[in-house]
Amino acid sequence: MAAAPGMVVIGAGQGGLQVAESLRAEGWDGPLTLIGEEPQAPYHRPPLSKAMLTGAMDEAQIAIRGHEFFGKHGIELLTGLRVASIDRAARRVALSDGRILPYRGVALATGARGRPLPVPGAELEGVLSLRTLADAQRLRAALEGAERVVVIGGGFIGLEVAAVARKMGREVTVLEAADRLLARSATPFLADVFAGLHRAHGVTVDLGAKVVELEGRDGRVAAVCTADGGRHPADVVVVGIGIIPNAELAAASGIACDGGVVVDDCGRTDDPAIVAVGDCTVRRGAYGVLRLESVQNAVEMGKSAAAALLGRERPFTAAPWFWSDQYDVKLQIVGLSAGHDQIVVRGEPAERRFSAFYFRDGALLAIDSLNRPQDHMLGRKLLDRKAPLTPEQAEDPAFPLASLTR
Amino acid sequence: MAKITFIEHSGERLVVNIPVGWTVMQGAVQNGVEGIEAECGGSCACATCHCYVDEAFVDALPAPSETEEAMLECTAAERLPNSRLSCQLKVSEALDGLVLRLPEAQS
Repeated sequence: MAAAPGMVVIGAGQGGLQVAESLRAEGWDGPLTLIGEEPQAPYHRPPLSKAMLTGAMDEAQIAIRGHEFFGKHGIELLTGLRVASIDRAARRVALSDGRILPYRGVALATGARGRPLPVPGAELEGVLSLRTLADAQRLRAALEGAERVVVIGGGFIGLEVAAVARKMGREVTVLEAADRLLARSATPFLADVFAGLHRAHGVTVDLGAKVVELEGRDGRVAAVCTADGGRHPADVVVVGIGIIPNAELAAASGIACDGGVVVDDCGRTDDPAIVAVGDCTVRRGAYGVLRLESVQNAVEMGKSAAAALLGRERPFTAAPWFWSDQYDVKLQIVGLSAGHDQIVVRGEPAERRFSAFYFRDGALLAIDSLNRPQDHMLGRKLLDRKAPLTPEQAEDPAFPLASLTR
Repeated sequence: MAKITFIEHSGERLVVNIPVGWTVMQGAVQNGVEGIEAECGGSCACATCHCYVDEAFVDALPAPSETEEAMLECTAAERLPNSRLSCQLKVSEALDGLVLRLPEAQS
């Protein structure tokens, strides 16, 4: 007898696990399968570029849930497997081992992969990227034996790796093709602060540095060459130049994709039986078109998408938030600063303990907090409640932000 | 190892042995304690691993860092004088016997 159609979650990262957990929390008691390509049970990715790299945390400590959790909640966890195809007409998912799963609903949580460096030499030994636990273990081993580390790409992953490598005492250079750091994810104001932070820690930060070739010696990377004729010797090269959403399975199944699987604020694709969450998606909703790569995006979309699979409306409309740890700085970002026409600063910039508040026409858009977690957490409430904070209040250290969140 | 007792909001008690050097949060989530969410994985960035420390142990724990202190202001459940974030509590032999109560909600 064929198995009863169940819920099939494709991708066992933070978003996929959240869908599975939320389906159970929302009352789904039928079959529930969570399929992951990596050999491990779902694990936390943020420590990969932080505590896992320094060795402060090991593999056993980053699992999101213990093994007995899955059995207890009737979640069939299949690891080391891929989904070969989705037959939407017959409502069946085919796995890479030949298994066929009939479905009532599918959640795509396929994540993303690092964008490959499109220059000669990118395949040399010692050229690494960071996306998975296996990547982190390779990178950690490589950093142990390295003297000179070149990071290609001044985004969050690259900067976090640079901070770790520098703390390990390595000579570190960050090469960024754009004229500033964090070009895709943060404001020029914040980018300058982080360029200053890294330089103060002895990192060479080269902006406008277009990598044209990686030079090898006996199959190992030896140097990174830039378009301006620069040559940066390296034992290890870390590539962090953005990601490509893993949307191929969705596209091959005929689901609408446009730089990611297209979803609404509830995680719904254009097939009512199929939702998608996290890094693999591009969301069209209350905030316009969003391509977010964050824990919050995975978790909150996971909750919304699980509800949607059960026919419930739970849109994810909270302000986006994100964090990054570099050296002794905890950066926390909430909101979307695009289009701001005014920045006011609260706190002590010289001590890297401040928040930058971004406004447009006097309305709060976003807050970047450095070592000011309270501003950040209150900021989430201010933005979600559209509290009428003025630039003058934000700038005034005596004004209690909490007075607007009660 | 330290033996740590978690009391879920439902009243269910779980006694867990956690290796020294781990955080209380890690030991909890790996051992089926479900009243701790720990969305951020232990980065002190989400305040969803909030717990109430049994009064007898409050003074035995190192004081919260500035970051933990600030994040505690933003927990979903009420902050009490014995509130802590379990991702910031490092397990040592001294914590053997620790009892923690979990709040009704983390997010």
